[in-house]
Amino acid sequence: MSDMNFHDDLRVSSSPHIVTTLDTKKTMTFVLMALMPSAIAGVIFFGLYSLCLLLSCVAFSALCEYAYDRLMHRENTVKDRSSLVTGAILALTLPPTLPIWMALIGCFVSIVIVKCLYGGIGKNIANPAIVGRIVLLLSFTSSMTTWRYTNFQMANGTDAITGATPLGILTDSGIAGLPSLTDLLIGNRGGSLGETCIIAILIGGSFLIAMKVISPVIPVVYLCTVFVFSMIYYLIVPQEGANALYMSVFHLLSGGVVFGAFFCATDYVTSPIMKKGRIIYAIGCGFFTMVIRLFCSYPEGASFAILFMNIMTPLIDKYTIDSYYGVTQRAREEKKKAKEGANG
Amino acid sequence: MFFRNRKLPSIEAGHYKNTAQSPTEVMPVPEVVSISMSENIGAPCKPLVKKGDRVLVGQKIGDAEAFLSVPVHSSVSGSVTAIETMRNAMGGTDTYVTIETDGKQEVAEGIKAPVIDDQPGFIKAMRESGLVGLGGAAFPTWVKLNPKNLIDIDTFIVNGAECEPFITSDHRTMLEDADNVIDGMLAVMKWLIAEDGYIAIEDNKQDAIDNFNRLLKERGISKIKVFPMPARYPKGAERVLIQEITGKKCDAGVLPAALGVIVMNITSTAFVGQYLKDGMPLIKKRITVDGDAVRNSKNVLAPIGARIKDIMEFCGGYTEEPVKILMGGPMMGRAVYSDRMPLIKNNNAILAFSKAQAWIPEESACINCGRCHEGCPFHLIPTAYADAYEARDVKRLKELQVMQCMECGSCSFVCPAHRPLAFINKLSKALVKEAGDNV
Repeated sequence: MSDMNFHDDLRVSSSPHIVTTLDTKKTMTFVLMALMPSAIAGVIFFGLYSLCLLLSCVAFSALCEYAYDRLMHRENTVKDRSSLVTGAILALTLPPTLPIWMALIGCFVSIVIVKCLYGGIGKNIANPAIVGRIVLLLSFTSSMTTWRYTNFQMANGTDAITGATPLGILTDSGIAGLPSLTDLLIGNRGGSLGETCIIAILIGGSFLIAMKVISPVIPVVYLCTVFVFSMIYYLIVPQEGANALYMSVFHLLSGGVVFGAFFCATDYVTSPIMKKGRIIYAIGCGFFTMVIRLFCSYPEGASFAILFMNIMTPLIDKYTIDSYYGVTQRAREEKKKAKEGANG
Repeated sequence: MFFRNRKLPSIEAGHYKNTAQSPTEVMPVPEVVSISMSENIGAPCKPLVKKGDRVLVGQKIGDAEAFLSVPVHSSVSGSVTAIETMRNAMGGTDTYVTIETDGKQEVAEGIKAPVIDDQPGFIKAMRESGLVGLGGAAFPTWVKLNPKNLIDIDTFIVNGAECEPFITSDHRTMLEDADNVIDGMLAVMKWLIAEDGYIAIEDNKQDAIDNFNRLLKERGISKIKVFPMPARYPKGAERVLIQEITGKKCDAGVLPAALGVIVMNITSTAFVGQYLKDGMPLIKKRITVDGDAVRNSKNVLAPIGARIKDIMEFCGGYTEEPVKILMGGPMMGRAVYSDRMPLIKNNNAILAFSKAQAWIPEESACINCGRCHEGCPFHLIPTAYADAYEARDVKRLKELQVMQCMECGSCSFVCPAHRPLAFINKLSKALVKEAGDNV
């Protein structure tokens, strides 16, 4: 056999020998792309300062992760781009006038405290951006609830620069001062940087679903729950001057619920992996969002609701394990056999 | 119910069926063949020849007395130059009979169409044919066709799904050997007394589907139906196939026969048809030779025992240094350590990958996206296995039903963190087996 030159040092490994080209980095890039429409809409409505806010959040988040990795002698994980996504999502949920230094504190909390200290990507128990936002809300309540009018509202003769969000108006003074549903849809209303333009969010969300980055289960069930909950509520407790359908649509379109449903609640790490679990999780998100909006002193509850369901996720995962293929059948047969044995 | 009757999950693994349109070329007999004595699941054979013996084509050169075994035949005429032990592709060692060929290809005496009068006669002929499951499992066919509950068998499924990327040898069989497939099916169904026959073919092989539909119509056979399936991975896995066609769930460790179903690979079936006509045992195999390190990718009819290197030479040699050579497809095939390994019965492809094609990205942290679970045909949770395996928690692994895993590799394929989940599942299964019933 010496007449042939064999290749005796081939690489051996366990199958499969080919893998998908989709990796974490690509996934995060898709999410960043999906956030672009909302970011652009935010900058159009709220001006260049919001662009500065957005970019500084993104850059500082990456910096935080890089610094943490260096300090702790860990592998550099900035290249997976998840910190950029966290920074962008955080910025888009902030009021457009928030001082940048406050936003950077939020980034620090999100990246270092919520994500890195728990062990980095995949190990955090709550959505970093959501926790960052809540920490800011509780620490700088007045800045975090100062809402700027959009450029178009101001051009149309609104004298003041700041005013309440639609949900704030509803809590304070009923439906009288509410913007029209069209304004809500295109985002011509006070609110967080990237949460106001529903159309932009839907474009981004549809892109993620089309690219199979997220499954439509969580956003669809979340939004349906919000709609159904408010429908039932307003049928029982009618709002003066508006029917239940209008109020339900209003709740769907205002606040951060659509943005939260597509970009925050769908965070892989902190949402269940089983389909049944995802449905329960999304119903929980919708339920608690509406409970906080309607029965608590905060006008908006999406971030608290998502945080709460984030923490419930391990529990949901534990109790929603799909029946494994074939196993249920076998269990049934074994039960039957055991019964027959006991009887005979 | 909504959750129960849904189709089993599957993944999009790509097809890469580069050789689908290349007709099978017969490889000339190489100078040397090494025939493994362990070509089936079960007991290995003992060589019936010794060094210096002259052997003929189709001559039985190895057999075993154990139940789960089939004899091995010589694919060439020539003289035995060595009976040696060599490491095999699985990492264990096997005995190989090495034969120097004389190029005359003299056929052994007594090779003629078997005369079959009854069911035991059919089973005996199947054992003598040396046939094993050619889809890759290498389960002795005569054992499969002789179930204890013969009376319950009502469905016979021929598996022509060929869901593995790259491989087209079954596809070529369906185009070039369709009559033998149908003859083989009719014979098997006759002796199994099965009423329903299905040929399962993925819908990316429309020409094969049309071919069978035409032949079945021409021959007026109504008890065999062609069953087109979506071309997704792993639709050709036995348990998935049974679910898709009959709606019956086949648990791990349960033989399909218990559900009244027998599944057989299409190339195995074609061989049955051929064997009943000429009685030549299983000594050659249609394989797909592909991969970016091969000069001329094609389908080859090669003698069992031909070494990979010789087969590659027949295909124009390597274009560049091969880094990885696979026996079988890229999803479930085995990487061999050397191209001196000979072809065995259940190989259906040999793929030679260059450095670029063999590259697998580095593993990163799990992001809990759940794709492994969504892609698992059996709704298992590979990430949970990984955690439990890390903790060597056998009890948890059992709870999570790790033994249900059929190692299709879908979880590893779809993982965006490129974790070797299927590999972890294999290790977990070994761990559970090792622990036995103690936990």
